[in-house]
Amino acid sequence: MKKLISTPYLLWMAVFIIVPLIMVAYFAVTTADGAFTFDNLAAVSQYANIFVRSIYLAAIATVICLVIAYPLVMILARIDVSFQSTVLMIVMLPMWMNFLLRTYAWMTLLGNNGLINMLFGLFGLGPFRMLNTQGAVVLGMVYNYLPFMILPLYNVIVKIDKSVIDAAHDLGCNNAGTFVKVILPLSVPGVMSGITMVFVPAISTFIISRMLGGGSNLLIGDLIEMQFLGNSYNPNLGAAISLVLMVIILLIMTLLNQFDDDEDRVLM
Amino acid sequence: MKKCLSKLYLALVMLFLYAPIFVLIVFSFNTTKSRSVMSGFTFDWYVKLFHNELILSSLWNTIIVAVIASLGATILGAAAAVGISGMKRLPKTIVMQGTNIPIMNPEIVTGVSLMLLFVFFMARMNLEMGFVTLIIAHITFDVPYVILNVIPRFRQMDPNLYEAAQDLGCNGVSAFFKVVLPEIMPGIISGFLMSFTFSLDDFVVSYFTSGTTQTLPITIYSMTRRKVSPEINALSTIIFLVVVAVLVINNVIERRNLRKRGVVR
Repeated sequence: MKKLISTPYLLWMAVFIIVPLIMVAYFAVTTADGAFTFDNLAAVSQYANIFVRSIYLAAIATVICLVIAYPLVMILARIDVSFQSTVLMIVMLPMWMNFLLRTYAWMTLLGNNGLINMLFGLFGLGPFRMLNTQGAVVLGMVYNYLPFMILPLYNVIVKIDKSVIDAAHDLGCNNAGTFVKVILPLSVPGVMSGITMVFVPAISTFIISRMLGGGSNLLIGDLIEMQFLGNSYNPNLGAAISLVLMVIILLIMTLLNQFDDDEDRVLM
Repeated sequence: MKKCLSKLYLALVMLFLYAPIFVLIVFSFNTTKSRSVMSGFTFDWYVKLFHNELILSSLWNTIIVAVIASLGATILGAAAAVGISGMKRLPKTIVMQGTNIPIMNPEIVTGVSLMLLFVFFMARMNLEMGFVTLIIAHITFDVPYVILNVIPRFRQMDPNLYEAAQDLGCNGVSAFFKVVLPEIMPGIISGFLMSFTFSLDDFVVSYFTSGTTQTLPITIYSMTRRKVSPEINALSTIIFLVVVAVLVINNVIERRNLRKRGVVR
């Protein structure tokens, strides 16, 4: 009985996870009539600049998230235990709001008639063009995905045994030495899952780039969306782009895993 | 000195996280559509929001889809976890790799791949995407979270418990319901809650698989595409208040439980 009970899920997984991925691969190498072709995959190379831009912006956003989150988590981990969960909850709370609304909030803030430009105006500066720039896209990524960096980092750093840190001090390390030689290496699994959890959604987003980047900062996600629901309906090309996106992510993740020999990943 | 710096840093991050939401809330009470100048105080946008048929119906859709999908995912996932935990090593690894696909894959790829499947087969059956495909898609991305929440419970459970129950006269089924199920229940509940919140909040996968059915995130998206409307601010304010209320209540309950357990022990 125990064996049979997972059968419905196994069927579900086959039909709604595995088969759809096979269909992506199938559409990527066929024409609209179903004939075999490499044209779609070859056509993806026309969009190399969009791929480069997506990787570049997502990488910047990931690094900024890491730089903001690491000190924050160190501070959080040192707060009195009875307050810690409350402060963490306050930090994570914005994540519970729909991310369209969070992105919309920045749209209104950054606009030419927005609040930030009005504040600049009080000092006789601006208005600066902030909306529809690459900076705005990166800002949107950082704002939306920062919690995904904070959470795995926190889970790892809070579990570091205090006696290990004390031992490092006893053995003659100063604060900086303890950080570099003890805390940093022990937090690598958290850093790695944080990077994954920020980079993957950032490289594939289409909302943030559309709402904050205007029409001129297309990312891979926008390109895919346009082939399926946009003006240039072409699911075969869309499938080819999706396939290349998956391969790129897989390559980058494998590359990152070289730095991380710890098998235990902290997801959430 | 160091303490001051940490507090300042914490305050700056909080400012970054909350300032945009705060501004949205303030301007939801603005009499004009301006996004930088407060010209007066009004509740008009809230009144308009509650008379907006589209928003109300899409809210209703969102709730129904989230309830059905998270219940379905919980049953499917809990049953799967029971089976998976009894598997041998190799099949277990393979199934878990498959389970991880929707978590690791970019959302847009999950959405697009399901859309391809639905369009491909439904066009041949003269069906259209809508409620059913939306629920199928939501169950698909919800199930892995249920499984990942339940499986660790099996690892923590004493494997002898099940046999002990049988020795004491339970048959296999009642031993499962009396001993195993209560042990894994916390995992099932947190899996259900995660599924429910993910379903409520999902935009990307829904966007590709909903056909003409509108959920709240899809309606919000089309509102932001058109013109500036303070109704979105009003909606954000309400959603924010709901989120704060739920989290605070949850925190209070958790603390009370912790204290209770502390007393018992």
